[in-house]
Amino acid sequence: MKLKPEDLDKIAQKMRSTTNLRDGTARMKITVHMGTCGIASGAREILSAFLSCIEKEETSNILITTSGCAGLCSREPMATVEAKGEPPVKYVDLTKDKVERIFKEHIVGGKIVQEYALAIGSERVL
Amino acid sequence: MYDISLHILDIVENSIRAGAKNIVIKIIKNTNKGKLDVIIKDDGRGMDKKELKRVTDPFFTTKEGKKIGLGISLFAQAACDTGGKFYIGSKKGKGTIVCVSFNRNHPDMKPLGDIKRTIEILQTVYPDINFNYKEVFL
Repeated sequence: MKLKPEDLDKIAQKMRSTTNLRDGTARMKITVHMGTCGIASGAREILSAFLSCIEKEETSNILITTSGCAGLCSREPMATVEAKGEPPVKYVDLTKDKVERIFKEHIVGGKIVQEYALAIGSERVL
Repeated sequence: MYDISLHILDIVENSIRAGAKNIVIKIIKNTNKGKLDVIIKDDGRGMDKKELKRVTDPFFTTKEGKKIGLGISLFAQAACDTGGKFYIGSKKGKGTIVCVSFNRNHPDMKPLGDIKRTIEILQTVYPDINFNYKEVFL
């Protein structure tokens, strides 16, 4: 199936209505690291997995975004999950299954999945 | 990088970080000549001549605190591996264009990959950026 310009407009419109990033009402922020190293290790599939989890859950106050290389290329694919008012948690060596668990336990349930977490805190954004 | 769609994702991430609001991604397939061209054009902040000269150097980056920048060099290498060409042009304050030409029949040619997925993801994560995707068959 070919991708038409109308399809892209639809995606953009749908996302504008579901994420409330601009007015700052997002409850959770997911940042998938999409530097060259991240993309080469499969960050696109990780981002896809997060998006399909969000779609399934039908939640509207989760913001998903990307960032560049965090300087830990050997532990990619990585993602940072940040609940409003709490320090960010960095997850490393992600797979689709890990994403599903993180989504269920941390993003929906509010409990950090310690096995997959590298650290609590965030690198300087470059 | 496994395929060209991932390279495109990587290059477009550069455009986004350069503050682009309109990004054109064009893929031209020429079966008769055995060519595949990829053009990515943005209206980001662009680069000056000095930066442009070093852009394919893997040990050059404009990001503070980093020493290497592999994205563009890897894309250029992927094209050169097939005997293709790589061109990048930029004007400070205007934007940047990347044109890459591959020889599709070369044994080292990478697969195109899931380009639709790449575009969908970009549009989903960046709803405020205008992506213009075109596929042309010659």
